[in-house]
Amino acid sequence: MISRAGLSVARQVRPQLRTKPGPTPVASLSALARLLSSLAVLEQRDGKLNHGSLGAVTAAKKLGGSITGFVAGGNIKAVAEEAAKVNGIEKIIAVDNAAYDKGLPENFAPLLVENIKKGGFTHIIAGHTAFGKSLMPRVAALLDVQQISDITAIEDEKTFVRPIYAGNAIATVESSDNIKTITIRGTAFAAAEADGGSASIEDGVDPKAECNTEWVSENLAKSDRPDLATAGKVVSGGRGLKSKEEFDRIMLPLADALGAAVGASRAAVDSGYADNSLQVGQTGKVVAPQLYLCAGISGAIQHLAGMKDSKVIAAINKDADAPIFQVADVGLVGDLFDKVPELTEKLNKQ
Amino acid sequence: MAALRILVPVKRVIDYAVKPRVNKAQTAIETSGVKHSMNPFDELSIEESVRIREKKSYPHGVDEIIAFSIGPPKSVDTLRTAMAMGADRSIFVETKEGEEVEPLAVGKVIRELVKREGINLVVCGKQSIDDDAGQTGQIVAGLMGWGAATQASKVSFGEKGVEVEKEVDGGTETVRSQLPMVITTDLRLNEPRYASLPNIMKAKKKKIDKISAEELGVSLERRLKTLKVIEPPPRQGGGKVDDVDGMIAKLKELGAI
Repeated sequence: MISRAGLSVARQVRPQLRTKPGPTPVASLSALARLLSSLAVLEQRDGKLNHGSLGAVTAAKKLGGSITGFVAGGNIKAVAEEAAKVNGIEKIIAVDNAAYDKGLPENFAPLLVENIKKGGFTHIIAGHTAFGKSLMPRVAALLDVQQISDITAIEDEKTFVRPIYAGNAIATVESSDNIKTITIRGTAFAAAEADGGSASIEDGVDPKAECNTEWVSENLAKSDRPDLATAGKVVSGGRGLKSKEEFDRIMLPLADALGAAVGASRAAVDSGYADNSLQVGQTGKVVAPQLYLCAGISGAIQHLAGMKDSKVIAAINKDADAPIFQVADVGLVGDLFDKVPELTEKLNKQ
Repeated sequence: MAALRILVPVKRVIDYAVKPRVNKAQTAIETSGVKHSMNPFDELSIEESVRIREKKSYPHGVDEIIAFSIGPPKSVDTLRTAMAMGADRSIFVETKEGEEVEPLAVGKVIRELVKREGINLVVCGKQSIDDDAGQTGQIVAGLMGWGAATQASKVSFGEKGVEVEKEVDGGTETVRSQLPMVITTDLRLNEPRYASLPNIMKAKKKKIDKISAEELGVSLERRLKTLKVIEPPPRQGGGKVDDVDGMIAKLKELGAI
């Protein structure tokens, strides 16, 4: 347990540490330095840093204390250098081994745990992405700590806020574990600036754990439109679109007119109108764009869980009593097959 | 190769269609007098396990499908449902009403059961719709050192191992793992069956073994303390507009376009 008094001492000491040039005298102050040191687990793909994962750095900044970034994969040098420029990171730990390219938790978790133990980190932070979701609970199990999933706010070094029941309630929880493993909701922690930093890069330890799972293939939906999870605008279609052809014919031009990403309700995905990866909701993606414009979506609680933190919600639905109108800032009752093309046309003219 | 011995953890949760209400003391969600049912993802787990047996997709067959639950006394109903859907028997760890068990502790209970029952496949839901943590399957795999395929939308058994198509950000990914392993289920995996009346009757005769966490040597002590639970800030519907022009004007006014 970290005592309040100890923490305030650490806060006072830290600025002094920073102002000293040369190697930081961490050894003599190891007990204090250990008080708060965060490890931000960064994602990479094909030698490129995933900027969405920089939300972990933002969360680490809110905690205070030193921030170390962690990257692993084959030919990791370029990624490490890119990550070293990220504002706020003091050090990058990089492990160069192609075995970690696919982020398989079977070997990535032991890798992370070895580096956590060596570095004495108090907080391990990753995004609540497919990668973070499959990796971090395994890390937590190996460390014998209870992970805190999908947090939306940090109150202090041991108190976190997270939505439960599909976002219908917000819980504040206090962790008694020595090491906090956390996944963060991307929409609640914007990515840290990708420049302005000058972190040192060092090699991490590589336990080369055996992996009983192998990566076979992937099938990713290709699109020139913005990424759904991080887009500033999202247009989303539901069961009301009636078929995949109509979904594509009606929704895609609207998305293009707005420069928006495309999303869908579970009903639309289950009916095959849109790809699974486009599902917005409790069991799909959580988005919080500037504008969320949906058509033919009634607004079930599972769907609202994925979009109700959007800045502006606009809805087109022919049912005036649809629950979506209770949360929409702008509602239009009407047939989407008339209204959406009209909207697209008028937006294009502007 | 041995036949499959499948453990399917199931959880009793507030029904997915019910809008949860925070209690007056702001300590938890009001659960008394509220409709409960099996966590939807766990229905998929049971369904998938039963299909593996029915379709003989694993060449060495399925020896036993054991449903497991940890929770308050009424969780027995959920186990009966699992058995009516096709599980052979159940194991139940009873907790006090209102005592929430964290994923780490659930994982440790499952680890002990896996050892006792010679389990070689754990099929569980990717998340429970109450706590939304999404951890238990991965924790079990971590504690056992097993492979894990999370958010499965397709499972097939080949000569080289178990192939699982997973739902990931941006599409799907296929991994191959070896038994013993853990699979967590995603919505696209299958369509759970309804339990028929004869099967519901049969399920009443199936066995539920009760065991306590102490007997298994697992502490259920919580690592996280819930300080408070509140309702999210309400969103005010901004009212309706008459036509498309009105919508564009309002969106402009709000600075959304």
